[in-house]
Amino acid sequence: MSATKNPHRLEISHFAVAVTAFALASVLAVLQALVRADVAVPMKSESLYYISVTAHGVLMALVFTTFFIMGLGYCFARATVGLEWTRVAWVSFWIALAGTLMTTASILSGKSTVLYTFYPPLQAHWTFYVGATLLVVGSWGFCAVMIRSYLAWRRSHRAEPVPLAMHGMLATVAIWLLATAGLAVEMLTMLIPWSLGMIERVDPAIARTWFWWFGHPLTYFWLVPAYVVWYTVLPKHAGGRLFSDKLTRVVFMMFILFSTPVGFHHQFSDPGISSSWKLLHTLTTYAILFPSFVTAFTVTASLEVAGRMKGKKGLFDWIGALPWRDPLFSSVVLAMLTFGIGGFGGAINAAYAMNTMVHNTAWIQGHFHLTVGTAVALTFMGVTYWLLPRVLGRELRFAPLAAVQPYLWFFGMMLFSIPSHIVGLMGMPRRIYTAELFGSPVARTWQPFSTASAVGGVILFVSAMLYIVVVAATALWGRRVNGQTIEFSEPLEGAPEYGLWDRFAIWATLAVVLIVLAYAVPISHLYMMERFPSLPQMPF
Amino acid sequence: MKVHVYERAWLWAAAVMIAGFLGAVVFSAVVHAVQPPSHMETVDPEKIFEHPDFSNPRVESRDDGSTLVVGVAQMFSFSPDPITVKAGKPVTFRLTSTDVIHGFQVVGTNVNATVIPGYVTQQTVTFSKRGEYLVVCNEYCGLAHHIMQAKVVVE
Ligand code: HEM
Ligand SMILES: [Cu+2]
Ligand SMILES: [Cu+2]
Repeated sequence: MSATKNPHRLEISHFAVAVTAFALASVLAVLQALVRADVAVPMKSESLYYISVTAHGVLMALVFTTFFIMGLGYCFARATVGLEWTRVAWVSFWIALAGTLMTTASILSGKSTVLYTFYPPLQAHWTFYVGATLLVVGSWGFCAVMIRSYLAWRRSHRAEPVPLAMHGMLATVAIWLLATAGLAVEMLTMLIPWSLGMIERVDPAIARTWFWWFGHPLTYFWLVPAYVVWYTVLPKHAGGRLFSDKLTRVVFMMFILFSTPVGFHHQFSDPGISSSWKLLHTLTTYAILFPSFVTAFTVTASLEVAGRMKGKKGLFDWIGALPWRDPLFSSVVLAMLTFGIGGFGGAINAAYAMNTMVHNTAWIQGHFHLTVGTAVALTFMGVTYWLLPRVLGRELRFAPLAAVQPYLWFFGMMLFSIPSHIVGLMGMPRRIYTAELFGSPVARTWQPFSTASAVGGVILFVSAMLYIVVVAATALWGRRVNGQTIEFSEPLEGAPEYGLWDRFAIWATLAVVLIVLAYAVPISHLYMMERFPSLPQMPF
Repeated sequence: MKVHVYERAWLWAAAVMIAGFLGAVVFSAVVHAVQPPSHMETVDPEKIFEHPDFSNPRVESRDDGSTLVVGVAQMFSFSPDPITVKAGKPVTFRLTSTDVIHGFQVVGTNVNATVIPGYVTQQTVTFSKRGEYLVVCNEYCGLAHHIMQAKVVVE
């Protein structure tokens, strides 16, 4: 740090927590992958395996993502509309960090081996739930800061479209607020009082329903910030322009609208929810594929624009003109490619009846490592390379390592995930310490796939460590540079216009209406049935 | 809104593709009644062993040739085990749990259900191929989750 305070300390602190969580979770990840392939990892045991899977899931899916997204949100707000309420942002940071430390300690103590989905009647120590809740409370502070910054800007910019990067981040905020409402009900009315002994029993089906109210939009909370990068950073960085500003705004609003009323597609095989409501959630689930298809087109077209602006005229030669050695560019393009594969897998998961072929099998683990584990995480890694010089004022250290790291991740992830998909179709369940299953002949056919996944896991680990080395070396010893600024893509044609697609209140209200339509009847049905809630169980 | 022609073509293509997916799902759900298990029945998990039905896990042949399987999942086993049923005849599984959430997945078939304490999971299937099938618990249920298994024998 130089003598004067770095103006980006807030963002840097968030990134530091995110990267640390990622590093720790990556170490656990490779051990898990090896243990599952029956490699003789020293000290391995069932208990450590499930502790590790719990910690890896929480640190990757909840901590790394949330802190990274908060840091990115602040960064983009500062660069577009200006950041208000930085005090609130700092308090929120410390609350979220305290919660993270509490939950992590709770998991590592072995008293909370409930995995990152924490389905009751498995009961964790209360520190697990309270810590996770504090993380969410901190993230609400982030939401308040973002909304406040927007409103302050809006006062002096009446009929103007909000800059696109901020538009996408506000969509992220709206999605997160709608999502965490469900989690808050589960935590505050069920899990926290139950773990403190204030209530004896909770209903597991109701808890799952509130969890998945939260759990699906959670995936869009991860994905939309990645899309913001694809739309607003990538085209500019590749030397092109954004193909369509307006359609991008439509996409973000569609995510607000459809990301929550879809949760039953995670509960297809649950009792207690009727098949017609499950079918209804299937319809909304397919609706949300649409904005992703639009994204695939718009972003690819924007890259073609970049190639053409470099003077390429042929059908495909623009592809070669793109900056393939640039780590932001390659990360994002590989992330997009991976998301294309993962998206089709997702369409199968969502297919109501076809879901029985893949539900809770290793296929699912393959699926979410392509989506959140690569489409999102690799985008965030790429963004880190782009942001570090801009927020730290330091040049990337070991740039050649950064140039190969995304390719290594992509390769490792294919090797990890494709066998997982296949062996899932062959029936291997997810979340298992070993696939031996007492030497059943069917289970024996699964082994080679777990081994292939483990090799992928080792490659992923090497890639993760290259990322950590580049980030740490840059932060500590990067040569000082000045004048690198955060710039966003400009639209190909015309200036952005203010209109319906900037009216957040309208879309958020419509989203609430859809959520009520999708959930009011089945949830009240669950609450009104004669039910027999469960006592706590701690089989770990 | 001004939309580029290529973009418009793509939007339509995407919409048609999604409509196709959805059509297939709705068609199979409504016309072929292909639906996930969605039974609505509750049971007291603390009184399973006094329950008229679940106190006696069993495989029962009915007069019409179909089979009823009344099963209980419990850390870390299923009963009855093995479950012997007839090929080509409908088999109805009725399952519940006495403790935590378990999964009941008959590997290589369409049977894949979540078993939640307090609720009854019910699913009817017809096994066409004879043989021995592995049943695995596919919902994490504690330290021995990975050994929780059973067998379905189709004769
Ligand atoms: C360093 C590379 C990585 C490797 C080798 C790896 C490996 C694994 C393995 C072996 C499991 C356990 C599977 C099971 O037993 O079912 C797992 C679970 C999981 N991973 Fe990763 N992973 C990596 C990166 C990531 C990333 C980047 C994310 C998300 C940002 C992620 C999110 C998850 C989640 C949410 C689970 C589920 C835990 C559960 O089922 O409870 N992983 N991973
Ligand atoms: Cu089980
Ligand atoms: Cu289990």
